[in-house]
Amino acid sequence: MDASALLLSRIQFGFTISFHIIFPAFTIGLAAWLTVLEGLYLITARAAYRMLFEFWLKIFGIAFGLGVVSGIVMASQFGTNWSVLARMSGPIQGPLLSYETFTAFTLEATFFGVLIFGRSRVPPWFYLFSTAMVALGTDISAFWIMVNNTWMQVPVGYVVENGAFVPTDWTKIVLNSVVWVRFPHMLLGAFLTGAFCVAATGAWYLLRKIHTTEAHIMLRMGLGLAAILLPLQIYFGHLVGDYVHDYQPAKFAAIEGRWHDEQPAGEVLIGIPDAAAETNHYEVKIPVLGSVIASLSLTSKEVGLTSFPPEDRPPVLIPFLTFRIMVGCGLAMLAIAWLGSYLSLKQRLEQNRFLLWLTFLSFPLPFVAILTGWYTAEVGRQPWVVYGVLRTADAMTPFLTARAASISLAVFGAVYMLIFAFGTYYIYRLLRAGPSGHVVKAAHAASPNRPMSLANADRETGYAGAGD
Amino acid sequence: MEKFWVALLAISILLYVLLDGFDLGIGILFGLTRSEERRRAMLSAVAPIWDGNETWLVVTVVILWGAFPIVYATLFSAFYLPLLVMLAGLILRGVAFEYRYKTERMRWVWDLSFAGGSLAAAFIQGLTVGALVHGLPMANGEYVGGEFGWFSPFAVLCGFGLCLGYALLGAAWLVQKCEGELREAAYRQIYLLAAGVLAFLVIVFVYALAENLQIMGRWLERPYLFVFPVIGAAAASVLAASLRHHWDGLPFTMVVIIFLAAFGTLAISFWPYMIPFAITIDDAKAPASSLAFMFWGEGLFVFPLMLIYTVISYSVFRGKVHTEPGHH
Repeated sequence: MDASALLLSRIQFGFTISFHIIFPAFTIGLAAWLTVLEGLYLITARAAYRMLFEFWLKIFGIAFGLGVVSGIVMASQFGTNWSVLARMSGPIQGPLLSYETFTAFTLEATFFGVLIFGRSRVPPWFYLFSTAMVALGTDISAFWIMVNNTWMQVPVGYVVENGAFVPTDWTKIVLNSVVWVRFPHMLLGAFLTGAFCVAATGAWYLLRKIHTTEAHIMLRMGLGLAAILLPLQIYFGHLVGDYVHDYQPAKFAAIEGRWHDEQPAGEVLIGIPDAAAETNHYEVKIPVLGSVIASLSLTSKEVGLTSFPPEDRPPVLIPFLTFRIMVGCGLAMLAIAWLGSYLSLKQRLEQNRFLLWLTFLSFPLPFVAILTGWYTAEVGRQPWVVYGVLRTADAMTPFLTARAASISLAVFGAVYMLIFAFGTYYIYRLLRAGPSGHVVKAAHAASPNRPMSLANADRETGYAGAGD
Repeated sequence: MEKFWVALLAISILLYVLLDGFDLGIGILFGLTRSEERRRAMLSAVAPIWDGNETWLVVTVVILWGAFPIVYATLFSAFYLPLLVMLAGLILRGVAFEYRYKTERMRWVWDLSFAGGSLAAAFIQGLTVGALVHGLPMANGEYVGGEFGWFSPFAVLCGFGLCLGYALLGAAWLVQKCEGELREAAYRQIYLLAAGVLAFLVIVFVYALAENLQIMGRWLERPYLFVFPVIGAAAASVLAASLRHHWDGLPFTMVVIIFLAAFGTLAISFWPYMIPFAITIDDAKAPASSLAFMFWGEGLFVFPLMLIYTVISYSVFRGKVHTEPGHH
């Protein structure tokens, strides 16, 4: 086994999955928002809702397409770089991820076709139903991904036979309690991402004094939803912390920056962990709070990292910092959402340019929170790939060379930069222009399987009448 | 149960090869034409369906991983660098469909990535099949070839062969879907490509005989295998007739039959090996509990739905593509 090939493979996985997660995180929330808009349009028949629907559907199309493209790489990487994992956990992870693919294909792709072609061909209730099915498809996709990842965090329902994890209890694998904590946490994160992007867009238009009718709707709905969901998200975040505390004590100690067993334990607010010296520099620590957070007790003993042999400890600095960044983003979003919603209730939000600017600039927060949350979960799981059972170092393709791994990292890096730079720029251009004055007719050249083509529809630069 | 999954895997691979085959082929032909009008018409002929075609690749990958994890792990790690090229090619050509219309100045970048990506993906797929036929360096069920263990002149030859084959499928699709100048050009290309594919098949056969590849033994043991080349030859002669008489509907069907014959030949000469001649279906199959879990949901319900969905989307887009001048 080649140590630099291992490091390169880990960087490559981290890089490709970080790029990938941005798009599903965005589209899961957007799909739900589209469903709400379509529902409101059906009930109220207000043109603004329809206009917003058509506008966000285009953006959904691009983001969805980029998510699909980067997902193909994810499906291959388990086999290319992590062949021992692929072979051993294939009997469990393979079926789970195949369900993800199959659901995504049927629900998302099929009903997305209706969204593009069907406005004039199906009854309104069916159009709404199709929107809801696309949203449901993205949610179910996320569910299978979380089941898969949760099994790697807390492996259950299997026995080891002939060097492979053989599933013995699928109910336990799919429906265990940790899934029902982590899946909502991810789903809420995605909804918050959608909410903040929508609210930020609304704030942007208000600052520029364009599309004001639509901007009001976006700003109020986005901030209002976030104001309700954020406390719920913080609660589920706490439950996720509980599972980490119970099942992954070393990860928990790393997140807390706790080097030695403490009773009662303090809570390190900030500091710089130093793994070599097994201590934190410049730490700010509140006594007893650590026990309260971990065990809801004033006296509980909490485990420190030195209770684990060095080879079983995760890296400390990354989970310690990323966790704090995630929480910081969450609290900042909470402040913005509550303050904004309060002002909105008082009808004073639109005049408050400071808060509009704040809302506009807040759109990266949910993305940063999701990425750092995942870094906490995944880096904190180290040195294990399947927690407590299979080490990351033993999971790699045994004959992978550093040369091959650096070539692939460089190629994926270049290709992703190119396509995402272009895709992001295109989304930016659409967002800057805003909802167009006329409602676009069904795009004759777009197709169920070509989500990105929607954005072409009103520019008439597209295809020459593909098969009408 | 594993037979069921072998069948689903075979259907998925076959659908992928036939469906993405023609649109990759059109990507290759796209690189050979300079006319913007023809390029647009070529894209129109595949635009509504290419993404659905590619879905079958993902389906193949996840079935392989879930039902035959050892094959997935072995093949994907052994073909590390070729797969990298294929994935990069597929991504670049996939986004090119949309991106090329969003820019004038940079269009050449996306046209290059469309043609180059298609060519690279087709070449790697042929190379992979060629390497499997030639035989991967395996010991005790493990791949032992290192970074370039898949390389052989034979595999490279098969890479070129599949590029020709896909281009042939693509040209036949254009004949079926298009009219006018583009259709005439496609007819001319079919002649050349069909001759190229024929020459390729002869060379492959001679090469396999001369190298005395292990797979040739299977042919002598199983003489009924020769039914496939016979079917292929029959389809080729109908193809020749349809070219002479300009029967637009026939060439594509005939090329598909030739591909089916080739696929059947390979599948039966590999059987029961999944990686010849080292890993069998029995060696590779996932535990019964995994196969059953997949069967009761996606196997029994979702897979048939996907087939129906594919048929529906093709019937929606059946018939000729009409390119209206002045439309864009």
